[in-house]
Amino acid sequence: MGLIFDIKKFALHDGAGIRTTVFLKGCPLRCRWCHNPEGLVPKPEITFRERRCIGCGACVDACEHEALSIPDGAPVTDEDHCVRCGTCTEACATLAREVVGREMTVDAVMEEILKDVVFYTESDGGATFSGGEPLMQPDFLDALLVACRAEGIHTAVDTSGFAPMEILRGMAALADLILYDLKLMDEERHRDHTGGTNAGILENLGALSRDARNVVVRVPVIPGINDDAENLDDLGAFVASLPTPFPLDLLPYQHMGMDKYVRFGLCYTLSGVKPPSEEAMADVVRRLERFKLRITVHGEGPQ
Amino acid sequence: MRETSGTTEMTERVARLRRRSLETAPSLSMERAKLLTDFHSRLQESLSAPMRRALAFQYLMEHKAICILPGELIVGERGPAPKATYTYPEICCHTLEDLDILDARDTTAYTVSGRARRVHAEEVLPYWKGRTMRERIFREMIPEWKAAYKAGVFTEFMEQRSPGHTVLDDKIYHRGLKDFEGEILTHLESLDELQDRDPEARVKKEHLKAMAVCARSLIHFAGRYAEAARALAATEVDADRRAELDRITEVCTRVPALPPRDFHEALQYYWFVHLGVIIELNTWDAFNPGRLDRHLLPFYEKGIRKGTLTREEAKELLQCFWVKFNNQPAPPKVGVTAQESSTYTDFSLINTGGLKADGSDAVNEVTFLILDVIESMRLVQPSSCVQVSRKNPDRFLKRAARILRTGYGQPSLFNTDVIVQELERQGKSLTDARNGGASGCVEAGAFGKENYNLTGYLNLPKILEITLHRGVDASTERTIGIDSGDPSAFETFGDLYLAFEKQLEYFVDIKIRGNDVIERLYARHMPAPFLSLMIDDCLITGRDYHDGGARYNTSYIQGVGLGSLTDILTAIRHHVYEARTLPLGKLLSALGENFEGRERLRQVLLNRTPRFGNDDDEADDMMLRIFESFFRTVDGRPNTRGGTYHINLLPTTVHVYFGSLIGATADGRRAGEPISEGVSPVQGADQRGPTAVFKSVAKMDHVRTGGTLLNLKLTPQCLEGEVGLTKFVQLVRSYFRLGGHHVQFNVVDAATLRDAKANPEKHRNLIVRVAGYSDYFCDLTGTLQDEIITRTEHTP
Repeated sequence: MGLIFDIKKFALHDGAGIRTTVFLKGCPLRCRWCHNPEGLVPKPEITFRERRCIGCGACVDACEHEALSIPDGAPVTDEDHCVRCGTCTEACATLAREVVGREMTVDAVMEEILKDVVFYTESDGGATFSGGEPLMQPDFLDALLVACRAEGIHTAVDTSGFAPMEILRGMAALADLILYDLKLMDEERHRDHTGGTNAGILENLGALSRDARNVVVRVPVIPGINDDAENLDDLGAFVASLPTPFPLDLLPYQHMGMDKYVRFGLCYTLSGVKPPSEEAMADVVRRLERFKLRITVHGEGPQ
Repeated sequence: MRETSGTTEMTERVARLRRRSLETAPSLSMERAKLLTDFHSRLQESLSAPMRRALAFQYLMEHKAICILPGELIVGERGPAPKATYTYPEICCHTLEDLDILDARDTTAYTVSGRARRVHAEEVLPYWKGRTMRERIFREMIPEWKAAYKAGVFTEFMEQRSPGHTVLDDKIYHRGLKDFEGEILTHLESLDELQDRDPEARVKKEHLKAMAVCARSLIHFAGRYAEAARALAATEVDADRRAELDRITEVCTRVPALPPRDFHEALQYYWFVHLGVIIELNTWDAFNPGRLDRHLLPFYEKGIRKGTLTREEAKELLQCFWVKFNNQPAPPKVGVTAQESSTYTDFSLINTGGLKADGSDAVNEVTFLILDVIESMRLVQPSSCVQVSRKNPDRFLKRAARILRTGYGQPSLFNTDVIVQELERQGKSLTDARNGGASGCVEAGAFGKENYNLTGYLNLPKILEITLHRGVDASTERTIGIDSGDPSAFETFGDLYLAFEKQLEYFVDIKIRGNDVIERLYARHMPAPFLSLMIDDCLITGRDYHDGGARYNTSYIQGVGLGSLTDILTAIRHHVYEARTLPLGKLLSALGENFEGRERLRQVLLNRTPRFGNDDDEADDMMLRIFESFFRTVDGRPNTRGGTYHINLLPTTVHVYFGSLIGATADGRRAGEPISEGVSPVQGADQRGPTAVFKSVAKMDHVRTGGTLLNLKLTPQCLEGEVGLTKFVQLVRSYFRLGGHHVQFNVVDAATLRDAKANPEKHRNLIVRVAGYSDYFCDLTGTLQDEIITRTEHTP
């Protein structure tokens, strides 16, 4: 069993072709720009979308712990009483209250993945495992990779690299493609913006490179956070120095996930940041090209 | 959304003609009505029906106005000027009130001048009152049909427009009308009632003579254009234009009498034939050249080889040809539908790609030329589609996707390999199937050889509503169906479903009995000798197009609301019979009260029921069950023309009208809201992306239909870059591999549409695919606009 928070069909940006992306819940990092905040906590959570709520009170009636009330129109949760049993979400007719994070078996996940086989066949696509950080559930992830291989389905794993090396290596032996995130080269800045050290991440990437695995290094480009010359130069030099200089795929920052933060009662600290302009992206590409790396933007090569 | 790149890709001539076509307001012309009335009121001798129609056609062709506009290369208008649309009083005659509505309505108006109104009031109306096909049909119609029709259980295509849903093949590109006439004379000579013991020989002779009259009439009409061009040339001061007018004179002297020799003559020949068909009758609908890239290829190659044609010249001629289609708005309807019907388009769907007769890849140079024309012209008419076979190259589909990406709802995409199977299953030869394609909205046909009538839409959710009320129409409290039992006494879902099937069979029977009446009336009173000339094998058999003269004679009943009915029945099975959390009586009373004060129940039905379009077998199996019932009830039944009935699943815009006649439904839909269209899921019910929609929809056996319509709206992001384009091609290929018949994409975002609704003047050029066709978004009614906005957006 593993904890999944979403299975998205027709994923176009997580590897080659048309894919199904399985999102595993739980992440050791806290990147400020994370657009999947629902993937952070490694346990089921209850979300509330106020715009959907019709104030019918079914959730209040259903709650056995007296954790809910409707003072004026919309229900309010008393966090001290709530045990996150999910009973209220079952009573909610509008899906305003939903449990995010479902325990699923490998078979159940495979059933969903297998539904779109025809699309993978036509497009050389497959399944991508993302998160959260999929390596936080290594046994489950490996079992899924084995099951996909048995069905002849191409697999990709989207990882931050923040995991023990033996776990990463175990996964790497089973996955067809690894999408490896690299954000900030400076240890202190990395800690500031992601809440974790980058030492292991860099070391792991070096180890992967010695095995010459099929890896694409993905770099989110976030204006004012990691698009400065120093970081780009360090990053380019580091990747170029690897035994296998992996290709880079740049992902321009988008504020897609912002309203999700509200839904989870989280605070989004990057609200002032705008997506990089096309010119700014071109500058980043030029800067990194000096390191003789193969560079794409969102999987797209130079036009 | 990207701005149109169109204007830069056309010559100044084309830009001018196009602008004129776009800026001219559609109007009603009484020219045809008056000429026809004159002809009939002076008619002394007693003529056979085909000869009466042929001589009326001849009279029209001799007297109607000729129109050659400055700069035109392809000539000929239906009315006296572009956008001047005829009326067809012998089929149905507008009331004066109809004319006022047409003139005044907000969208898709037709200007009616004071003079036109006077001619209509003083000459046309008095003569045709009591003599129209529409009145004949309602006079002879069975009462059960009238009751069901009035309640909106089905619509009727032929009460306002003549049958004639057909498309042309390649026959005109090898032979002139003089060759057709020669063939007729040979047949006439060989027809001898005594020798052949053919009791119908006398009747056949009348039909053949009528066809010959029509052939000569069109040649004469073209001759009048040659004369007019000659006269213009004589006074033309510009030498270049004079040369063009001389060329037009030459072309119109040559075709349609003799076979075309070059690209220009081929297009002009077709255009004269097109005018002949749409002047003879207001055929439902869709007449067009069909596989245009295949037809034109020999002329294109010959011109290029001999140095008499350049690619640019060919493109300009095609663009002029395109403008001609856009100059012909659909003849407006009468009665209530004049207010409701919301389109100028007449569903001419030009096909490119697909297969050749020998089964090989038909994509050629002209295919790409036509796609260039489609992209540059960005007109509502003609519609265009690409036929995609697995044998066609990806670059062809990619080229089409590049056009779709610009936000123009065309071309639509069809699966040739499935269309060929559909036609073969219906008994067409392999060659005829491969030479066929899609027409109208999505209908498969054997081009040049088939009379395939769409007879009417069937309101599937309405039939369930009637079942739940034991045969009573809840909105009028009139009994229009049979007593299929008291639903509260049904113990299982199976009992309810059986009752629904009984009502379905009852209404299909009535629909077919009504169709029989109408088919016979058209065969007897309204032969179409000119159209018969164009469709095999009328000329060989001496039978009219309306009387089984075509090689294949198909009748369709088009199911509407499959997605809605699926969700409604799934909800009832799930909540009433399986979970047993909702007694049927309680559900029915909530529906009767339009969920007033029952919002929670409505939300449960909306959100807590498996719904069609999510690749969920629980919902999709219900769709299959309904599909099989509909198929079994209709498919294979005989019509009166020697052909059979088949099913289609497409809606045009009728799902809005049908929805307005249905109370609240168990899928959480409120009373009066639109029902689902085509084979698409209920608007907003599909929440797992386009691959899930494709999977759900492909579970039905498209091969046993004559066409299914699937709408998907994609935001432009899905098609971004080369990668996006490639993945789009792969997505379509996957659906076709699963056996889907057709899919069309609206590539716009909802914000753009909302803005267009609020500020129509800013978005007059915004074209969206409505159902089987594209239309100007700002011309649509508010309800339809809202519905298109609601259609689920699939963002990757």
